[in-house]
Amino acid sequence: MSEIPNEMKYAATHEWARLEEDGTVTVGISDHAQQALGDVVYVEMPEIGLTISEGEEAGVVESVKAASDIYAPVRGEVIEVNPKLDDAPETVNEDPYGEGWFFKIQPSDLADLDELLDAESYAEVCDAEDH
Amino acid sequence: MPFIPHTQADVDEMLAEIGVSNIDALFDEIPNELTSDRLDHVPEGMSELTMLQHMAERAEQDQGYTCFLGGGSYDHHIPSAVWDLTTRGEFMTAYTPYQAEASQGTLQLIYEYQSMMVALTGMDVSNASVYDGASGLAEAVLMSIRANKKNKSGRVLIAQTVHPHYTQTTRNIVQNQNVIIEALPMGASGVTDLADLAAAAGDSSPGALVIQQPNFFGRMEDVDALTDWAHEQNTLVIAVVNPMSLGVLKPPSEWGTNGADIVCGDGQPFGVPMASGGPSFGFICSRKEFMRQLPGRIIGKTEDLDGRTGYALTLQAREQHIRRGKATSNICTNQGLLVTAGTIYMSLMGPQGIRETAITCHRRATELQQRLLQIDGVEEFFPGPFFHEFALRLPVPAVDVVQAMMTESVLPGLVLSDFSDGNLVDAEHGLLIAVTEKRTNAEIEKYVAVLTRVLQGNTSPANPQAGN
Repeated sequence: MSEIPNEMKYAATHEWARLEEDGTVTVGISDHAQQALGDVVYVEMPEIGLTISEGEEAGVVESVKAASDIYAPVRGEVIEVNPKLDDAPETVNEDPYGEGWFFKIQPSDLADLDELLDAESYAEVCDAEDH
Repeated sequence: MPFIPHTQADVDEMLAEIGVSNIDALFDEIPNELTSDRLDHVPEGMSELTMLQHMAERAEQDQGYTCFLGGGSYDHHIPSAVWDLTTRGEFMTAYTPYQAEASQGTLQLIYEYQSMMVALTGMDVSNASVYDGASGLAEAVLMSIRANKKNKSGRVLIAQTVHPHYTQTTRNIVQNQNVIIEALPMGASGVTDLADLAAAAGDSSPGALVIQQPNFFGRMEDVDALTDWAHEQNTLVIAVVNPMSLGVLKPPSEWGTNGADIVCGDGQPFGVPMASGGPSFGFICSRKEFMRQLPGRIIGKTEDLDGRTGYALTLQAREQHIRRGKATSNICTNQGLLVTAGTIYMSLMGPQGIRETAITCHRRATELQQRLLQIDGVEEFFPGPFFHEFALRLPVPAVDVVQAMMTESVLPGLVLSDFSDGNLVDAEHGLLIAVTEKRTNAEIEKYVAVLTRVLQGNTSPANPQAGN
């Protein structure tokens, strides 16, 4: 059973989004997603400054067995990417909700967050996939 | 008779099981306008005997000529060991096996191939090969669009001095993928002119620039200046190179201040017979930073649980069996068997052998060119240095010279007008001549004597005194 913290919002495509105190949104992939991918070997990040619409591809996470698109859970502008993942992509496996974050977005509409799943609903999505 | 083991009963049973009425219905999702009842250029089937006779007849047409043809395919010596080893059963597959790690020998061979290509081109990484030089260029162009994060223009400039077939193939492959291919005009000396380049680029800088060295006409481009110009515009440089020429020319990694970004070409000069134009193998190498955008796969060296050396498929996560429509390429495979020949060739020749072969090619080509320029009315099509291939301007249509010289068992070269869509002035008088290390003094003498006689309008049999 994977860990699904309550303070995040989730997309059905397994990204998490967390509203920070400064109004930005941090994005990563869930514990469930990193387990399914296996050892992450590379993360392709969006360009800083890129404006993305909701549900748009914003990067690729690559493991030894698959390469999967990362979708932006909220609309806005990419303002920061996690520099640590360049040299240490395994951080995604080790700490998916902490040091393994992918990028930060300056959201254009915070209401986007309300469209995402809460921990309970996301757990149901994961359960359904496991069965 | 098609060699399909299923009886009609088998087929009916399978269709019934999945609830489909007939085999054609399996392809219903393909729109009608995209299907074809027949392929116009493919003849009806032949019996095995008829086929063998047909091919023997075709093969006979290639026999008995001394070859001065080039244009991307060259008549180099192939040591006997190359195909003796390549045709061993263990190597006889065109592909990386799908149970890749079970075939350690094949993987090690590809790993050695990659290592040698990297040493030859000076680049950081090589993939396991692609179909041929032309499709290699198309892949390199698509790769450059994906890799160029600083410049999203989607425009790619291809010098007119790049092999026209490579440019056509690239256009065909990329034209529906939002890539704009623009041709660069050619300077009077048969090379790309920096001023023309800047003018063609216009106000917006292109995503990539394609330069061939030596170029289609055998000439040397000013690769340092072109590369530096491109990099100043955030334009990536795609180098198309003849691997044999790298025995004497500096590697593309040393072009200009920072070197080319992607290197591709055709491996035919390394152990692959001309075989009426194919097959061969293409190579594609790049800087490490663009590795994730390389099409196809890379073989990596690793250790097993007991610490023994082993080889594994790496970088396959972006291939189509995993990424489907989002794969880096949906038209590439590696050319396993021909890469085997190329790798054995490189290992037998070594850096010294390749260098000596390249130097010999250059010397013999220079010798023939100097001799031919002494014939009345024969002049350089483009003046300037070349590697092992050069174009001459003849006083009569080149096609007539080719026909006359073929009656004396010499294939004297390619007619330039066959490779020009009207944009090369006086192409019908141009003859492109390649000379490899295989051409003997006697063959060079014979070429000079036959051409001299043909141009004098005298096509009588060779004077026995003329050729020695």
